[in-house]
Amino acid sequence: MQFLDNLFLNISQVIRNLVGGFLPDWGVEVVMMTVAAAVLVVIAVVTMMFLTWMERKVVGRIQDRLGPNRVGPFGLMQPIADMVKMFIKEDITPREANRWVYNLGPIVVVPPAILALAVIPFGRGLSGADLSIGWLYLAAVASTSVIGIFMAGWGSRNKYALLGAMRAAAQIVSYEIPQVLSVVGVILIAGSLSMQRIVEAQNVWFVFLQPVAFIIFLIASVAEIERSPFDLPEAESEIIAGYHTEYSGLKFGMFFLAEYISTFAVSAIGATMFLGGWRGPVLPGWIWFLAKTYLLVFVVLWLRGTLPRIRVDQLMNFAWKVLVPLALANLLVAGLIAAIINPAETPGFWTFIGFLLGNLLLIAAVVMVGVLRAPEMEASEAAVVGAKGALAGQ
Amino acid sequence: MITQIAFIGIALLTLAGAIGVVLARSVFVSALFLILSFVGVSGIYVLLEAPFLAGVQLLVYVGAVAVLIIFAVMLTRDMMSEETPFLNRQWGCGGVMAAVLFVLLLLIGFIADWPVSSAKPPEDTISALGEALMGKYVLPFEVASVFLLVALIGAIVVARER
Amino acid sequence: MDIPLSWYLTLAAGLFSIGLFGCLTRRNAIGILMGVELMLNAVNINLVAFGRYITPEAVAGQVFAVFVITLAAAEAAVGLALIISIYRTYDSIDMEDINLLKW
Repeated sequence: MQFLDNLFLNISQVIRNLVGGFLPDWGVEVVMMTVAAAVLVVIAVVTMMFLTWMERKVVGRIQDRLGPNRVGPFGLMQPIADMVKMFIKEDITPREANRWVYNLGPIVVVPPAILALAVIPFGRGLSGADLSIGWLYLAAVASTSVIGIFMAGWGSRNKYALLGAMRAAAQIVSYEIPQVLSVVGVILIAGSLSMQRIVEAQNVWFVFLQPVAFIIFLIASVAEIERSPFDLPEAESEIIAGYHTEYSGLKFGMFFLAEYISTFAVSAIGATMFLGGWRGPVLPGWIWFLAKTYLLVFVVLWLRGTLPRIRVDQLMNFAWKVLVPLALANLLVAGLIAAIINPAETPGFWTFIGFLLGNLLLIAAVVMVGVLRAPEMEASEAAVVGAKGALAGQ
Repeated sequence: MITQIAFIGIALLTLAGAIGVVLARSVFVSALFLILSFVGVSGIYVLLEAPFLAGVQLLVYVGAVAVLIIFAVMLTRDMMSEETPFLNRQWGCGGVMAAVLFVLLLLIGFIADWPVSSAKPPEDTISALGEALMGKYVLPFEVASVFLLVALIGAIVVARER
Repeated sequence: MDIPLSWYLTLAAGLFSIGLFGCLTRRNAIGILMGVELMLNAVNINLVAFGRYITPEAVAGQVFAVFVITLAAAEAAVGLALIISIYRTYDSIDMEDINLLKW
């Protein structure tokens, strides 16, 4: 087990020794970084292919279908067939499009998704780069994903594409705030922005100390990556396919790639921040990490298979009137409790009780506000609050 | 050596972005060049061993300010037709002014005898920064937060449709 | 520390001058705002570079840069709100047309 746990670290050490034989120190560093980057890109692409298959299988099961089952065992080769199809599609550029912006759009969309993988700890000491600004880096990289979407939407010179891009930008910018704020509570307890340090601080999983934050993070993340029920920017019935309406072939594939890598990345971040990352008994760390990540991926797919799409006005109201105040309240409670019982010094049990009590109070307050305001609200708004209350009350 | 090459590359990227901002005919393309320039400045902060600022630069400038600018471009689109010049008539005068200022700044930068210190920066810049913001600079920090709130409300009031 | 301080100053000077040029000559109000953002970025580079090279043990340069970034964000929000308001009133954001206070 010890050997399996350190498997990838040992491989990296072997490469380091091999290269170190004939290169100076800085050369070794450059080679190691290049190798790490290449591995991350390969992981990204393989993950994307696996996720497309998994999504179709899971959603198929939810809808009482079989899902892909023709190409290879269990349809496992389906992503490869899809890829071949994508390669041989005609590459179309609309005549009115702004060529440069239109063609650069899909190229700019992918890097933010892949860059996020760089700081995620896949196992003990196993991350591309353990930056001291970890979470800030992730938030910063995620916020740049809007740019590619804007380029695609504006460059296409298509009203649906433009509408989709503006919807996407408004959505991403709005939901980024509760997403970042919800994790601040975790960072407060861990006392570090570095992802590895956050994992090491989780003797108790943070999902038990910060359940409200976890729910806010989950909802905001699903909105961030524009997946159902928050897939308004690509709502087929309203604006065709949103900002990638005009794209075909490989360029469309790029948007696809970015979306699935983002899905994996936010699930991995959620697993790292709230579910203890690679920590777990018996099995090697990276297997725990993958198991937890895919659990969250499954939740995201499950949401897609179950919930109907929400409306634009509900979308903004939900972010600004529900999630942001809730995230701020959660931060306030977390800060108060951290000030009363110093989590770095008090034994785990009392920290646990303290934060749990705080969160229960918060949930009680939210449910009370929801109940008091329910009669005044439209039925639809009440449904949103009710759903949130039910989620929070579990 | 490597850091020097990195600096030159990033600096050229930043300046090219800035020139693009000024000389692009379409405001949207200007905004894209502005983003390029912002990303370059973020790289400069990394070279200056200020990782926190590099992150904040991306988050605030690329993720918020640039998006805001692009939104404004789209809300006021089709206002400047392709035929009208995108610079005003004083562009020659303005160019001379900017060039003179550039030369002056360079002269100051190179002539002055800066007391460069060889001391090491603090090990953990982020906690040093946090302690400075919550200790020595707590009053300006709080004023800045009130200021942000005022700007937020002001922007909503000014831009609201009546 | 193998990059001399003067390199950073040169970069900042260039960025500031380009920003100033844009600010003085663009006709589109949003273009002017972008020029201002460039100048603020140039100032930030100088602040952080001076902080790093002259007083590396204190973080004052970075603290000031944080405040400047805060200010720039607020300036962008209010400035763009004003531009949109002007657009509603005049149906134009060409600075040549907005001359009510000029004479």
